Amino acid sequence: MKQLHELTISEVHVGYLNKDFTCVDLVKHLLNRIKKYNPKLNVFLALNENVLKQAEAIDKEIAEKGIDRELLGIPMAIKDNFLTVGISTTASSNILKGFMPQYESSVTSKLLTAGAIFIGKTNMDSFAHGSSTETSDFGPTHNPWNPEKLPGGSSGGSAAAISAQFVTVALGSETAGSIRQPAAWCGVTGFKPTYGRAGRYGCIAMASSTDSPGPIARTVADTALIANVISGQDPFDATTSPTPVGDYPSFLNKKDLKGIKIGLVKEYLMTSMSDEVKKLILEAADKFKELGATVEEISLMNPKYAIGVYTVVQRSEVSSNLARFDGIRFGHTRDSFGEETKRRIMLGTYTLSSGYYDAYYKKAQAVRTKMIDQFAEIFKSYDAVIGAVSPGPALSIGATKNQPMFGEMEDVLVEQSSVSGLTSVGVPCGFVDDLPIGLQITCDQFQEAKALMIADCYQRHTDFNLFPDLDKTL
Amino acid sequence: MKITPLIGLEVHVELETKSKMFCGCPADHFGKVPNTQTCPVCLGLPGALPVPNKKAIESCMKIGLALNCSVNRLSKFDRKQYFYPDLAKGYQISQYDQPFCSGGFLNLDSGKTIGIERVHQEEDTGKLQHTVLNGEKVTLVDFNRSGVPLVEIVSKPDMSSSSEAKEYLKKIHEIIRTIEVSNADMEKGQMRLEPTVNICIEDNSGSHFTPLVEIKNINSFNFAVQAIEYEVKRQVEEFEKTGIEKTPNNKTTRGYDSVKKITFLQRSKEEAKDYRYFPEPDIPPFIIENEVIEMLRRELPLLPDQKIADLVKLGVEERFAKLVYNRQEVMNVLDVIASKNDEAIPANDININRLVSLMANGKIDIKKDVIAQYDSLTKVGITDTTQLTQIVQNIIDDNPSIVAEYKKGKINVVGFFVGQAMKATKGSADPKTLSTIISDLLVK
Repeated sequence: MKQLHELTISEVHVGYLNKDFTCVDLVKHLLNRIKKYNPKLNVFLALNENVLKQAEAIDKEIAEKGIDRELLGIPMAIKDNFLTVGISTTASSNILKGFMPQYESSVTSKLLTAGAIFIGKTNMDSFAHGSSTETSDFGPTHNPWNPEKLPGGSSGGSAAAISAQFVTVALGSETAGSIRQPAAWCGVTGFKPTYGRAGRYGCIAMASSTDSPGPIARTVADTALIANVISGQDPFDATTSPTPVGDYPSFLNKKDLKGIKIGLVKEYLMTSMSDEVKKLILEAADKFKELGATVEEISLMNPKYAIGVYTVVQRSEVSSNLARFDGIRFGHTRDSFGEETKRRIMLGTYTLSSGYYDAYYKKAQAVRTKMIDQFAEIFKSYDAVIGAVSPGPALSIGATKNQPMFGEMEDVLVEQSSVSGLTSVGVPCGFVDDLPIGLQITCDQFQEAKALMIADCYQRHTDFNLFPDLDKTL
Repeated sequence: MKITPLIGLEVHVELETKSKMFCGCPADHFGKVPNTQTCPVCLGLPGALPVPNKKAIESCMKIGLALNCSVNRLSKFDRKQYFYPDLAKGYQISQYDQPFCSGGFLNLDSGKTIGIERVHQEEDTGKLQHTVLNGEKVTLVDFNRSGVPLVEIVSKPDMSSSSEAKEYLKKIHEIIRTIEVSNADMEKGQMRLEPTVNICIEDNSGSHFTPLVEIKNINSFNFAVQAIEYEVKRQVEEFEKTGIEKTPNNKTTRGYDSVKKITFLQRSKEEAKDYRYFPEPDIPPFIIENEVIEMLRRELPLLPDQKIADLVKLGVEERFAKLVYNRQEVMNVLDVIASKNDEAIPANDININRLVSLMANGKIDIKKDVIAQYDSLTKVGITDTTQLTQIVQNIIDDNPSIVAEYKKGKINVVGFFVGQAMKATKGSADPKTLSTIISDLLVK
């Protein structure tokens, strides 16, 4: 029989209804596990002090009314850039150390309304500036598969929380790879919805034009359930779309992928990529064929251009978004910004300066438009494009030292889809050197249902969805 | 040497919408307890996002339409970045290269046209209060005003005197009030003025332009006039002393001291480039459809110039039209009469110009029956000479001493007899006829 920390959302609900365990039992079990392993992993920055009281209330509700909320009693970890009333929120930056939010973010508020219970806030790259969780002002998070390795980032804490089985599901956010890349390095499932699908209100802004909240979970099915709850137009976010939200779980459990046309991106099998990773991606392509899909090699713009576009747009927006931390409010002065944050503020300030604006920001936006057009063209003929999430498995702790472009190099394969606002699912597709490798399945804007459907079918027909035995790895 | 001032005006108008520009807080901040009308958005808390106020944008477009601007089909918000403690987000959401409205004009009474460069939407900042708290000098911030919708109207530097500037400002003020987007109360800071002044000096060596000076945040028309006049004088003197001419980089910002009646240097201008404008990523760009523009145009009430033109068309002299066009009760009366005129009802005997002049001069009490008052005021008096001659003769006979004075040369006693005769006829005599008769009889 599965242990409590191994359960998916539906398995937890079955357990509650069968009275196999209560919400308090589950929460206590997870807290014990966190107490035991978190010191070595540094996943959580803050724990919810009221969690047991909330679990008791949920048990009472279940006893009285059964389960009539989608996520009732589902323990979650929340990336620390989402404002949560009653739990400190810092975006892993010293400048917000001890900050208690005055309001609840749109997404966490929807999760709470659906009955989720928050265990705590997870570590991340400071202000999401990175792909390692190593730029956190509160120390790096360690990869549960190997504590010498990075978990990826910026949602590294949330991905590690799933990999370490500290919670049932987690919330992350992706600007360019920040969900898919840590999910890949930690060997879990990450789902990036279309930009504008889930509201950003109350999510501490990194790059406003690409930030997308999304779930990290054990299975595609669980990410679909979370996506169902957090998606939809947000009256507090003018960039959210009125496009109707499909009932994502209802698209899952297809027995094959007949009629689905998949593009295997040639440029994503880069020369710098290890042969082992390439092999896993080609094996995944074969798996899709086996499942009835057509797979064809396609060509995209050289991914290196995405790095340039993303770097300029993102730094520009960062320099502006962080201006509100002016040293007058929030209790800390601007010298509490970390090195990476300062670097980004400077670069962004430079690219927006007169005389440089046209050469950098405007040009980047023009290339971005080209990328969006290119994807629109491809999705006329293909349902999805696939490729590796990251050129290789998790790198070692310390790998970001003196590597200001570290994140961009690691995210080279996910940035095009991010700056184009697409939706994408990252699922484990094998191991290299005992570390997980992730596959991305990317679909056109607002084709969440299709991306989840394909990823779910692949995941149910492969067995890479594994979790480390922490007693052995730590 | 010929001196021509070149004056442009930036006018900021706070809109009187129910809620603020990008959040649901009340926009009416005047006299409210500090920081009681705030939320995460207007406090610039982490994670907060702006959602634009449709009503405010419509008001901005109405101002543009009233100033003969075109409403641009494509528009967007931009971030204008600078540091100041009253600026919660570290940037102001404004409009840079795609304002809602551009390319308008406003006509002065002289017939001179003042170009309107643009009318754009932005948000107001918080307010600093410098005070003493527990014996310590402190600066407090009140964010009630943060995020209140603000419309900026930028003219071309087409005005060449302080009086033209004043007329322009008064007309803008009136238009804003007429279209009911703001009370534009100067004392409440709902309308703030920023003149930009420089001088063109023509002499034997050609034309010279003095450096641009922007005078910040003036809150009365008279101060604007004084500041402009002072600045014109100062710039001429400065140029004579230094000979420094305008360059792309020597624009300065000055304040106005209304007590000393002087302008003073505040800072060398941060050029627009230093604001690091870039498109606001939190608000998608706007596509304004023609139907929306036409709907707003239809919603506009008659503007002052149109009202005056309509009165002139009715036969009212322009000088009287200008006195009454903004008095709603007078206009209501005229509406009724004008419509009756069409149907040839007795009122068609009314001379509209005479009626308007009587109303304008307060001779007619508008609350009472206007037609009756008009009739009695304009009714021609008793002109029957025989009847009047008899009345006048009686008065002359009763006042021999005054007749004697007249005979001695005191001609102005005629007035006395006119008064007496009017009294005797209960005011119904025609004064002109009366004085002729009196003069004739006295001479006899």
